[in-house]
Amino acid sequence: MRRIPYLVLALYALVGGLGPLLIEYDPVPTSLPDRLRPPGSDVSYGTAWLGTDALGRDVLAQVVYGARTSVIIGICTVALACLIGVAVGTAAGYFRGWLDTVLARGIDILLAFPAILLTIVIAGAFERSVLLVVTALSATAWISFARVTRGIALSLRERPWVDAARVLGVPRPAILVRHILPFTIGPVVALATLEFALVVLAEAGLSFLGIGLPNSAVSWGQTIANGKQYLETAWWISALPGIALSVLIVNIGILGDQLTARYGRGHLR
Amino acid sequence: MSETLLKVRDLRVSFGRRPGPPWRRATTREFVAVDGVSLDVGPDETVGLVGESGSGKTTVARAVVGLVRPDSGTVTVDGHRLGPVGQRPAALQRAVQMVFQDPRSSLNPRMTVAAIVGEAWRTHPVSAPAGDRTAALHRLLDDVGLDASVARQHAGELSGGQCQRVSIARALAVKPRLLVCDEAVSALDVSVQAQILRLLVDLRASHRLSMLFISHDLGVVHQIADRIAVMRSGVLVEQGPAGEVLVAPRHEYTQALVGAALELNTES
Repeated sequence: MRRIPYLVLALYALVGGLGPLLIEYDPVPTSLPDRLRPPGSDVSYGTAWLGTDALGRDVLAQVVYGARTSVIIGICTVALACLIGVAVGTAAGYFRGWLDTVLARGIDILLAFPAILLTIVIAGAFERSVLLVVTALSATAWISFARVTRGIALSLRERPWVDAARVLGVPRPAILVRHILPFTIGPVVALATLEFALVVLAEAGLSFLGIGLPNSAVSWGQTIANGKQYLETAWWISALPGIALSVLIVNIGILGDQLTARYGRGHLR
Repeated sequence: MSETLLKVRDLRVSFGRRPGPPWRRATTREFVAVDGVSLDVGPDETVGLVGESGSGKTTVARAVVGLVRPDSGTVTVDGHRLGPVGQRPAALQRAVQMVFQDPRSSLNPRMTVAAIVGEAWRTHPVSAPAGDRTAALHRLLDDVGLDASVARQHAGELSGGQCQRVSIARALAVKPRLLVCDEAVSALDVSVQAQILRLLVDLRASHRLSMLFISHDLGVVHQIADRIAVMRSGVLVEQGPAGEVLVAPRHEYTQALVGAALELNTES
């Protein structure tokens, strides 16, 4: 049972990685004679296993390409947020002083805004692109990493092996890299999985609102939004990408919980 | 070279004092951990610093190695004033090393013994062996009574005594002149205590080390110290040759300490 989240995530990675190589899809051209066809229908370009949307585009292809988009944006955002958060949090926790004060107050200020609102403001203010979505989502996602690693660094800086390294004269960057950072890996990996789920959900939300990715990109959020007015007559347009999104989020959540129980804070060794 | 290796003068360390606006200072209570301590350690000499828990011994040790910034007073080695750790010239940083109380937590549990000693050599290439480092590591481990196979092990795989030997090896790797041992045998059982004390005595002779040996146990200090300094409530109440302080203590607190130690010995 514990392996199910791994298997599901591997499946998504496989679909996101290999799917677009097997299924050809371009969101711009439309085929109006094939519009709103239910799953399994024969259409002009073959069989629409998951049906078609209001413009006659294949929903299966949108789910597959949407998986790739979500995984790429999730990985890029979590990697960027992790890099910034771990660097800032570790340095603030270890060095304390003004850096720590500035970080703590900065986090307080950022937490005063609802994260999604801040993301919407950033995403809405500039031209739509993948880079913009990653930047907008990273703008708030790094805070969790910074808070967790700051706490760990604050605790570890008092450990005798860190004192021993300082007495030895080991340079500060080396102390951070050798004596502090290795102990943050477990909690950071656990947090990264949970953040990945939140990022995928937030990206879908932005695309649903039409302020995330450009129209040429394929996103589950866009597909769900495209089908919202046909929920009674053509449920598959919104429901199937929605199910794909939900299954991914639930499994990442379970995996995150497993990792948190294993590597979460308090398990420094 | 001066006759005194380590010279501590009028050392005062307090905690809880925060630089800042006056209204903050008024609400923060200051605790003076060390108040006007002066002591000397000569070349090849071992000075035992004794006192009850909370008397300020460890704070003196941490101030000497630079982990604690004193409010006032000076710490000099060979006449060179020592600043906080990390701001000392490399030679002075190497000169004063420390062995900590808890042998396990003073070693990074994610590093092997080879990596722990290797870090010392990487930090101070001047003291690193010129030839084969593996052979030098094995010689160093042999010096502290450890088998060469220990080099591949992590701290978590070693016993308390072995961990303390590794701590000593790490300190020796940079060829220090003064070893500050802060309750270095207190966390060990009695038989291992005796082994580590014997090791320190041997190393002191073979490496020409001076030591500031901190302990609350007069019996342990008696076995290793040439001179003894007694602390109480942050103040040095008495110091002198070990025999003199233990046989004919002048200060009433020292008399009480010696009396309590004798009582314990008689009972056991």
